[in-house]
Amino acid sequence: MATQTHEAAGHAAEAASAPGMPQLDFSNWGNQIFWLLVTLVVIYFVLSRIALPRIAAVLAERQGTITNDIAAAEELKAKAGEAEQAYNKALADARAQAQGIVAEAKAEIQAELDVATAKADAEIAAKAAESEKAIAEVRAGAVEAVKVVAADAAAEIVAAMGSTADEKSVTAAIEARMKG
Amino acid sequence: MSSEATAAGHAEEAGGLVFHPMDQFIVKPLFGGDTIEWYTVTNVTLWMGLSILAIIGLMVLGTRRRAIVPSRSQSIGELAYGFVYKMVEDVAGKDAIKFFPYIMTLFMFIVSANFLGLLPMSFATTSHFAVTVVLALAVFLTVTIVGFVKNGVGFLGLFWVSSAPLALRPILALIEIISYFVRPVSHSIRLAGNIMAGHAVLKVFAGFAAIAVVSPLSVVAITAMYGLEVLVAFIQAYVFTILTCVYLKDALHPSH
Repeated sequence: MATQTHEAAGHAAEAASAPGMPQLDFSNWGNQIFWLLVTLVVIYFVLSRIALPRIAAVLAERQGTITNDIAAAEELKAKAGEAEQAYNKALADARAQAQGIVAEAKAEIQAELDVATAKADAEIAAKAAESEKAIAEVRAGAVEAVKVVAADAAAEIVAAMGSTADEKSVTAAIEARMKG
Repeated sequence: MSSEATAAGHAEEAGGLVFHPMDQFIVKPLFGGDTIEWYTVTNVTLWMGLSILAIIGLMVLGTRRRAIVPSRSQSIGELAYGFVYKMVEDVAGKDAIKFFPYIMTLFMFIVSANFLGLLPMSFATTSHFAVTVVLALAVFLTVTIVGFVKNGVGFLGLFWVSSAPLALRPILALIEIISYFVRPVSHSIRLAGNIMAGHAVLKVFAGFAAIAVVSPLSVVAITAMYGLEVLVAFIQAYVFTILTCVYLKDALHPSH
Protein backbone atom coordinates (compact mmCIF):
# COMPACT_ATOMS: atom_id res chain seq x y z
CA MET A 1 0.00 0.00 0.00
CA ALA A 2 0.98 3.57 -0.59
CA THR A 3 0.58 4.46 3.08
CA GLN A 4 3.14 1.90 4.05
CA THR A 5 5.79 3.50 1.90
CA HIS A 6 4.77 6.86 3.37
CA GLU A 7 5.13 5.41 6.80
CA ALA A 8 8.50 4.02 6.01
CA ALA A 9 9.59 7.49 4.91
CA GLY A 10 7.99 8.92 8.02
CA HIS A 11 9.98 6.61 10.30
CA ALA A 12 13.18 7.80 8.74
CA ALA A 13 12.18 11.45 9.15
CA GLU A 14 11.13 10.85 12.71
CA ALA A 15 14.36 9.19 13.61
CA ALA A 16 16.09 12.37 12.50
CA SER A 17 13.92 14.66 14.65
CA ALA A 18 13.07 12.52 17.65
CA PRO A 19 11.88 14.99 20.30
CA GLY A 20 9.79 17.33 18.08
CA MET A 21 6.03 17.45 17.87
CA PRO A 22 4.44 14.00 17.63
CA GLN A 23 1.67 15.77 15.69
CA LEU A 24 4.06 16.33 12.80
CA ASP A 25 5.16 12.70 12.70
CA PHE A 26 3.43 11.86 9.46
CA SER A 27 4.27 8.15 9.75
CA ASN A 28 1.22 7.48 11.91
CA TRP A 29 -1.24 9.75 10.07
CA GLY A 30 -2.57 6.82 8.09
CA ASN A 31 -3.29 4.96 11.30
CA GLN A 32 -5.00 7.92 12.95
CA ILE A 33 -7.04 8.77 9.86
CA PHE A 34 -8.16 5.16 9.49
CA TRP A 35 -9.33 4.92 13.08
CA LEU A 36 -10.87 8.39 12.94
CA LEU A 37 -12.94 7.41 9.91
CA VAL A 38 -14.03 4.20 11.64
CA THR A 39 -14.96 6.22 14.74
CA LEU A 40 -16.88 8.84 12.81
CA VAL A 41 -18.81 6.25 10.82
CA VAL A 42 -19.73 4.37 14.00
CA ILE A 43 -20.79 7.56 15.78
CA TYR A 44 -22.73 8.70 12.72
CA PHE A 45 -24.69 5.46 12.52
CA VAL A 46 -25.31 5.27 16.26
CA LEU A 47 -26.56 8.86 16.30
CA SER A 48 -28.56 8.93 13.09
CA ARG A 49 -30.10 5.46 13.46
CA ILE A 50 -30.73 5.23 17.20
CA ALA A 51 -30.03 8.26 19.34
CA LEU A 52 -31.29 11.23 17.32
CA PRO A 53 -34.64 9.73 16.21
CA ARG A 54 -35.23 8.57 19.75
CA ILE A 55 -34.49 11.96 21.29
CA ALA A 56 -36.52 13.71 18.59
CA ALA A 57 -39.45 11.40 19.37
CA VAL A 58 -39.12 12.03 23.10
CA LEU A 59 -38.97 15.79 22.60
CA ALA A 60 -41.94 15.73 20.21
CA GLU A 61 -43.89 13.56 22.61
CA ARG A 62 -43.10 15.89 25.49
CA GLN A 63 -44.11 18.90 23.42
CA GLY A 64 -47.33 17.11 22.48
CA THR A 65 -48.04 16.22 26.10
CA ILE A 66 -47.43 19.78 27.23
CA THR A 67 -49.63 21.17 24.47
CA ASN A 68 -52.37 18.67 25.29
CA ASP A 69 -52.14 19.41 28.99
CA ILE A 70 -52.38 23.14 28.38
CA ALA A 71 -55.35 22.62 26.07
CA ALA A 72 -57.04 20.37 28.64
CA ALA A 73 -56.39 22.95 31.35
CA GLU A 74 -57.90 25.69 29.18
CA GLU A 75 -60.91 23.51 28.53
CA LEU A 76 -61.38 22.76 32.22
CA LYS A 77 -61.05 26.44 33.02
CA ALA A 78 -63.72 27.29 30.45
CA LYS A 79 -65.93 24.56 31.88
CA ALA A 80 -65.45 25.90 35.40
CA GLY A 81 -66.39 29.37 34.18
CA GLU A 82 -69.48 28.01 32.51
CA ALA A 83 -70.46 26.12 35.63
CA GLU A 84 -70.01 29.24 37.71
CA GLN A 85 -72.18 31.23 35.33
CA ALA A 86 -74.84 28.54 35.37
CA TYR A 87 -74.74 28.49 39.16
CA ASN A 88 -75.07 32.25 39.39
CA LYS A 89 -77.93 32.18 36.91
CA ALA A 90 -79.70 29.43 38.86
CA LEU A 91 -79.22 31.40 42.06
CA ALA A 92 -80.63 34.57 40.53
CA ASP A 93 -83.55 32.61 39.06
CA ALA A 94 -84.30 30.99 42.39
CA ARG A 95 -84.17 34.36 44.11
CA ALA A 96 -86.52 35.92 41.60
CA GLN A 97 -88.85 32.96 41.86
CA ALA A 98 -88.83 33.15 45.65
CA GLN A 99 -89.64 36.83 45.52
CA GLY A 100 -92.50 36.11 43.13
CA ILE A 101 -93.84 33.42 45.41
CA VAL A 102 -93.59 35.69 48.42
CA ALA A 103 -95.41 38.51 46.62
CA GLU A 104 -98.09 36.12 45.40
CA ALA A 105 -98.59 34.69 48.86
CA LYS A 106 -98.76 38.16 50.30
CA ALA A 107 -101.39 39.22 47.79
CA GLU A 108 -103.39 36.04 48.41
CA ILE A 109 -103.27 36.50 52.15
CA GLN A 110 -104.21 40.16 51.77
CA ALA A 111 -107.21 39.22 49.65
CA GLU A 112 -108.30 36.57 52.11
CA LEU A 113 -107.82 39.00 54.94
CA ASP A 114 -109.89 41.65 53.16
CA VAL A 115 -112.69 39.17 52.55
CA ALA A 116 -112.61 38.02 56.17
CA THR A 117 -112.53 41.61 57.43
CA ALA A 118 -115.52 42.57 55.27
CA LYS A 119 -117.40 39.50 56.43
CA ALA A 120 -116.58 40.21 60.05
CA ASP A 121 -117.60 43.88 59.62
CA ALA A 122 -120.92 42.80 58.10
CA GLU A 123 -121.52 40.32 60.91
CA ILE A 124 -120.63 42.89 63.51
CA ALA A 125 -123.01 45.40 61.87
CA ALA A 126 -125.80 42.82 61.77
CA LYS A 127 -125.21 41.86 65.40
CA ALA A 128 -125.16 45.53 66.46
CA ALA A 129 -128.44 46.18 64.68
CA GLU A 130 -130.00 43.11 66.30
CA SER A 131 -128.78 44.23 69.71
CA GLU A 132 -130.11 47.72 69.17
CA LYS A 133 -133.48 46.28 68.20
CA ALA A 134 -133.44 44.09 71.29
CA ILE A 135 -132.52 47.04 73.47
CA ALA A 136 -135.31 49.10 71.88
CA GLU A 137 -137.76 46.28 72.56
CA VAL A 138 -136.55 46.00 76.12
CA ARG A 139 -136.75 49.72 76.54
CA ALA A 140 -140.31 49.77 75.10
CA GLY A 141 -141.19 46.86 77.36
CA ALA A 142 -139.75 48.76 80.34
CA VAL A 143 -141.73 51.89 79.54
CA GLU A 144 -144.96 49.86 79.38
CA ALA A 145 -144.03 48.19 82.66
CA VAL A 146 -143.28 51.55 84.22
CA LYS A 147 -146.69 52.81 83.02
CA VAL A 148 -148.46 49.82 84.53
CA VAL A 149 -146.46 50.03 87.77
CA ALA A 150 -146.98 53.82 87.94
CA ALA A 151 -150.71 53.42 87.34
CA ASP A 152 -150.96 50.73 90.04
CA ALA A 153 -148.82 52.77 92.39
CA ALA A 154 -150.84 55.92 91.69
CA ALA A 155 -154.12 54.05 92.22
CA GLU A 156 -152.84 52.59 95.52
CA ILE A 157 -151.56 55.99 96.65
CA VAL A 158 -154.89 57.60 95.72
CA ALA A 159 -156.76 54.83 97.56
CA ALA A 160 -154.59 55.29 100.58
CA MET A 161 -155.44 58.96 100.57
CA GLY A 162 -159.14 57.93 100.72
CA SER A 163 -160.39 58.61 97.33
CA THR A 164 -160.93 56.59 94.30
CA ALA A 165 -159.11 57.36 91.19
CA ASP A 166 -160.52 56.50 87.92
CA GLU A 167 -158.29 54.61 85.69
CA LYS A 168 -158.61 57.04 82.78
CA SER A 169 -157.30 60.08 84.53
CA VAL A 170 -154.41 58.17 86.16
CA THR A 171 -153.29 56.92 82.88
CA ALA A 172 -153.55 60.36 81.33
CA ALA A 173 -151.55 61.84 84.18
CA ILE A 174 -148.88 59.23 83.82
CA GLU A 175 -148.72 59.76 80.07
CA ALA A 176 -148.34 63.50 80.70
CA ARG A 177 -145.53 62.89 83.24
CA MET A 178 -143.75 60.38 81.09
CA LYS A 179 -143.63 62.86 78.23
CA GLY A 180 -142.07 65.01 80.75
CA MET B 1 10.16 4.21 18.00
CA SER B 2 10.36 7.54 19.73
CA SER B 3 8.59 6.17 22.81
CA GLU B 4 11.52 3.93 23.61
CA ALA B 5 13.96 6.72 22.95
CA THR B 6 12.14 9.02 25.35
CA ALA B 7 11.84 6.26 27.90
CA ALA B 8 15.57 5.98 27.82
CA GLY B 9 15.75 9.75 28.17
CA HIS B 10 13.53 9.59 31.21
CA ALA B 11 15.83 7.08 32.81
CA GLU B 12 18.83 9.31 32.24
CA GLU B 13 17.19 12.42 33.63
CA ALA B 14 15.42 10.72 36.54
CA GLY B 15 15.58 12.84 39.67
CA GLY B 16 16.23 16.14 37.89
CA LEU B 17 13.81 18.64 36.42
CA VAL B 18 12.25 16.82 33.48
CA PHE B 19 10.13 18.40 30.78
CA HIS B 20 8.57 16.17 28.21
CA PRO B 21 5.39 18.08 27.54
CA MET B 22 4.91 16.56 24.11
CA ASP B 23 5.35 12.91 25.09
CA GLN B 24 1.67 12.65 25.93
CA PHE B 25 0.86 13.08 22.25
CA ILE B 26 2.96 10.15 21.03
CA VAL B 27 1.03 7.53 19.13
CA LYS B 28 1.92 4.08 20.52
CA PRO B 29 0.81 0.60 19.53
CA LEU B 30 -1.46 -0.67 22.28
CA PHE B 31 -0.26 -4.30 22.30
CA GLY B 32 3.47 -3.86 21.81
CA GLY B 33 5.33 -3.94 18.56
CA ASP B 34 7.33 -1.24 16.88
CA THR B 35 5.67 -0.46 13.63
CA ILE B 36 2.42 1.43 13.23
CA GLU B 37 0.58 0.18 10.19
CA TRP B 38 -2.69 1.83 9.17
CA TYR B 39 -4.64 -0.95 10.90
CA THR B 40 -2.51 -1.20 14.06
CA VAL B 41 -4.51 -0.86 17.28
CA THR B 42 -2.95 2.12 19.03
CA ASN B 43 -3.75 4.46 21.89
CA VAL B 44 -5.59 6.51 19.24
CA THR B 45 -7.86 3.52 18.68
CA LEU B 46 -8.38 3.11 22.42
CA TRP B 47 -9.35 6.71 23.11
CA MET B 48 -11.49 7.03 20.01
CA GLY B 49 -13.23 3.83 21.04
CA LEU B 50 -13.77 5.28 24.50
CA SER B 51 -15.28 8.39 23.00
CA ILE B 52 -17.65 6.16 20.99
CA LEU B 53 -18.59 4.40 24.22
CA ALA B 54 -19.09 7.72 25.98
CA ILE B 55 -21.38 8.91 23.20
CA ILE B 56 -23.32 5.64 23.20
CA GLY B 57 -23.57 5.83 26.97
CA LEU B 58 -24.95 9.34 26.91
CA MET B 59 -27.08 9.37 23.80
CA VAL B 60 -28.29 5.76 23.64
CA LEU B 61 -28.14 4.23 27.13
CA GLY B 62 -28.96 7.55 28.79
CA THR B 63 -32.13 7.94 26.75
CA ARG B 64 -33.20 4.27 26.76
CA ARG B 65 -36.20 4.91 29.00
CA ARG B 66 -37.60 7.61 26.65
CA ALA B 67 -39.10 9.29 29.68
CA ILE B 68 -41.42 12.26 29.35
CA VAL B 69 -39.83 13.55 32.53
CA PRO B 70 -36.15 12.90 31.76
CA SER B 71 -33.53 11.41 34.05
CA ARG B 72 -30.24 13.26 34.47
CA SER B 73 -28.41 11.49 31.67
CA GLN B 74 -31.39 11.83 29.37
CA SER B 75 -31.50 15.54 30.18
CA ILE B 76 -27.88 15.93 29.15
CA GLY B 77 -28.49 13.99 25.95
CA GLU B 78 -31.50 16.15 25.15
CA LEU B 79 -29.51 19.26 26.02
CA ALA B 80 -26.78 18.27 23.56
CA TYR B 81 -29.39 17.49 20.92
CA GLY B 82 -31.22 20.77 21.44
CA PHE B 83 -27.98 22.75 21.56
CA VAL B 84 -26.69 21.50 18.22
CA TYR B 85 -30.14 21.40 16.59
CA LYS B 86 -30.81 25.02 17.49
CA MET B 87 -27.34 26.01 16.34
CA VAL B 88 -27.86 24.39 12.94
CA GLU B 89 -31.32 25.91 12.62
CA ASP B 90 -30.31 29.42 13.72
CA VAL B 91 -26.96 29.69 11.98
CA ALA B 92 -27.33 27.61 8.83
CA GLY B 93 -31.08 27.91 8.34
CA LYS B 94 -34.05 25.55 8.25
CA ASP B 95 -32.96 23.79 5.06
CA ALA B 96 -29.68 22.78 6.75
CA ILE B 97 -31.55 20.51 9.17
CA LYS B 98 -30.89 17.50 6.95
CA PHE B 99 -27.18 17.94 7.76
CA PHE B 100 -27.96 17.86 11.47
CA PRO B 101 -26.87 14.23 12.09
CA TYR B 102 -23.58 14.98 10.32
CA ILE B 103 -22.91 18.09 12.40
CA MET B 104 -24.05 16.32 15.56
CA THR B 105 -21.52 13.56 14.82
CA LEU B 106 -18.72 16.13 14.55
CA PHE B 107 -19.80 17.93 17.71
CA MET B 108 -20.25 14.79 19.79
CA PHE B 109 -16.93 13.34 18.66
CA ILE B 110 -14.97 16.53 19.34
CA VAL B 111 -16.60 17.31 22.66
CA SER B 112 -16.24 13.75 23.99
CA ALA B 113 -12.65 13.43 22.73
CA ASN B 114 -11.78 16.80 24.29
CA PHE B 115 -13.22 15.88 27.66
CA LEU B 116 -11.77 12.36 27.64
CA GLY B 117 -8.41 13.92 26.79
CA LEU B 118 -8.61 15.88 30.03
CA LEU B 119 -8.55 12.69 32.12
CA PRO B 120 -5.12 12.14 33.68
CA MET B 121 -2.92 9.70 31.71
CA SER B 122 -5.30 9.89 28.77
CA PHE B 123 -4.59 10.62 25.14
CA ALA B 124 -6.21 13.62 23.48
CA THR B 125 -7.09 12.50 19.97
CA THR B 126 -8.24 15.98 18.97
CA SER B 127 -4.78 17.37 19.69
CA HIS B 128 -3.53 15.70 16.52
CA PHE B 129 -3.52 17.50 13.22
CA ALA B 130 -4.14 14.17 11.52
CA VAL B 131 -7.55 14.09 13.19
CA THR B 132 -8.55 17.73 12.94
CA VAL B 133 -7.32 18.09 9.36
CA VAL B 134 -9.53 15.18 8.33
CA LEU B 135 -12.48 16.69 10.17
CA ALA B 136 -11.90 20.13 8.65
CA LEU B 137 -11.33 18.73 5.16
CA ALA B 138 -14.49 16.67 5.44
CA VAL B 139 -16.40 19.85 6.29
CA PHE B 140 -14.64 21.78 3.51
CA LEU B 141 -15.36 19.15 0.87
CA THR B 142 -18.95 18.66 1.98
CA VAL B 143 -19.63 22.37 1.99
CA THR B 144 -18.02 22.89 -1.44
CA ILE B 145 -19.85 19.96 -3.01
CA VAL B 146 -23.16 20.96 -1.45
CA GLY B 147 -22.61 24.53 -2.62
CA PHE B 148 -22.11 23.50 -6.23
CA VAL B 149 -24.88 20.89 -6.20
CA LYS B 150 -27.40 23.31 -4.70
CA ASN B 151 -26.48 26.46 -6.58
CA GLY B 152 -24.53 25.27 -9.62
CA VAL B 153 -22.22 27.96 -10.95
CA GLY B 154 -24.14 30.44 -8.81
CA PHE B 155 -22.07 29.22 -5.87
CA LEU B 156 -19.17 31.21 -7.32
CA GLY B 157 -21.24 34.30 -6.47
CA LEU B 158 -19.90 33.76 -2.96
CA PHE B 159 -16.60 35.18 -4.24
CA TRP B 160 -18.10 37.96 -6.33
CA VAL B 161 -19.11 40.70 -3.88
CA SER B 162 -21.90 42.36 -5.85
CA SER B 163 -22.38 45.10 -3.27
CA ALA B 164 -18.82 46.41 -3.78
CA PRO B 165 -17.80 48.83 -6.58
CA LEU B 166 -17.09 47.00 -9.83
CA ALA B 167 -13.41 47.96 -9.86
CA LEU B 168 -12.85 46.42 -6.44
CA ARG B 169 -14.64 43.18 -7.16
CA PRO B 170 -11.77 41.24 -8.77
CA ILE B 171 -9.49 42.10 -5.87
CA LEU B 172 -12.19 41.17 -3.35
CA ALA B 173 -12.81 37.96 -5.28
CA LEU B 174 -9.14 37.05 -4.93
CA ILE B 175 -9.25 37.76 -1.19
CA GLU B 176 -12.48 35.79 -0.82
CA ILE B 177 -11.02 32.81 -2.68
CA ILE B 178 -7.90 32.82 -0.54
CA SER B 179 -9.97 33.09 2.63
CA TYR B 180 -12.18 30.27 1.40
CA PHE B 181 -9.22 27.95 0.94
CA VAL B 182 -7.65 29.00 4.23
CA ARG B 183 -10.81 27.91 6.05
CA PRO B 184 -9.88 24.23 6.48
CA VAL B 185 -6.41 25.23 7.66
CA SER B 186 -7.66 27.59 10.37
CA HIS B 187 -10.54 25.28 11.16
CA SER B 188 -8.22 22.36 11.92
CA ILE B 189 -5.28 24.17 13.49
CA ARG B 190 -7.55 26.11 15.86
CA LEU B 191 -8.87 22.92 17.44
CA ALA B 192 -5.68 20.88 17.55
CA GLY B 193 -3.59 23.89 18.57
CA ASN B 194 -5.84 24.79 21.49
CA ILE B 195 -6.01 21.27 22.85
CA MET B 196 -2.31 20.59 22.31
CA ALA B 197 -1.21 23.88 23.87
CA GLY B 198 -3.41 23.42 26.92
CA HIS B 199 -2.22 19.88 27.54
CA ALA B 200 1.41 20.85 27.01
CA VAL B 201 1.11 23.73 29.48
CA LEU B 202 -0.43 21.38 32.04
CA LYS B 203 2.54 19.03 31.59
CA VAL B 204 5.04 21.86 31.96
CA PHE B 205 3.42 22.99 35.21
CA ALA B 206 3.39 19.36 36.35
CA GLY B 207 7.13 19.21 35.61
CA PHE B 208 7.69 22.16 37.99
CA ALA B 209 5.93 20.23 40.74
CA ALA B 210 9.13 18.17 41.10
CA ILE B 211 10.81 21.15 42.82
CA ALA B 212 9.56 21.21 46.41
CA VAL B 213 9.63 25.00 46.77
CA VAL B 214 7.52 25.70 43.70
CA SER B 215 5.30 22.66 43.92
CA PRO B 216 2.38 24.31 45.83
CA LEU B 217 2.31 27.08 43.25
CA SER B 218 2.58 24.49 40.52
CA VAL B 219 -0.38 22.53 41.87
CA VAL B 220 -2.45 25.71 42.07
CA ALA B 221 -1.44 26.59 38.52
CA ILE B 222 -2.34 23.11 37.28
CA THR B 223 -5.72 23.35 38.95
CA ALA B 224 -6.41 26.74 37.40
CA MET B 225 -5.19 25.60 33.98
CA TYR B 226 -7.30 22.49 34.24
CA GLY B 227 -10.38 24.60 34.89
CA LEU B 228 -9.53 26.68 31.87
CA GLU B 229 -8.97 23.55 29.80
CA VAL B 230 -12.41 22.24 30.74
CA LEU B 231 -13.83 25.44 29.30
CA VAL B 232 -11.59 25.22 26.24
CA ALA B 233 -12.64 21.60 25.65
CA PHE B 234 -16.24 22.68 25.31
CA ILE B 235 -15.65 26.01 23.61
CA GLN B 236 -13.44 24.52 20.90
CA ALA B 237 -16.04 21.87 20.12
CA TYR B 238 -18.63 24.65 20.00
CA VAL B 239 -16.45 26.84 17.77
CA PHE B 240 -15.71 23.99 15.38
CA THR B 241 -19.42 23.17 15.13
CA ILE B 242 -20.66 26.71 14.72
CA LEU B 243 -18.04 27.40 12.02
CA THR B 244 -19.25 24.28 10.24
CA CYS B 245 -22.75 25.75 10.39
CA VAL B 246 -21.52 29.10 9.08
CA TYR B 247 -19.75 27.42 6.16
CA LEU B 248 -22.84 25.36 5.47
CA LYS B 249 -24.93 28.52 5.41
CA ASP B 250 -22.55 29.96 2.79
CA ALA B 251 -23.02 26.83 0.71
CA LEU B 252 -26.80 26.89 0.94
CA HIS B 253 -27.23 30.66 0.55
CA PRO B 254 -24.10 32.00 -1.20
CA SER B 255 -25.42 35.55 -1.68
CA HIS B 256 -23.68 38.20 0.37
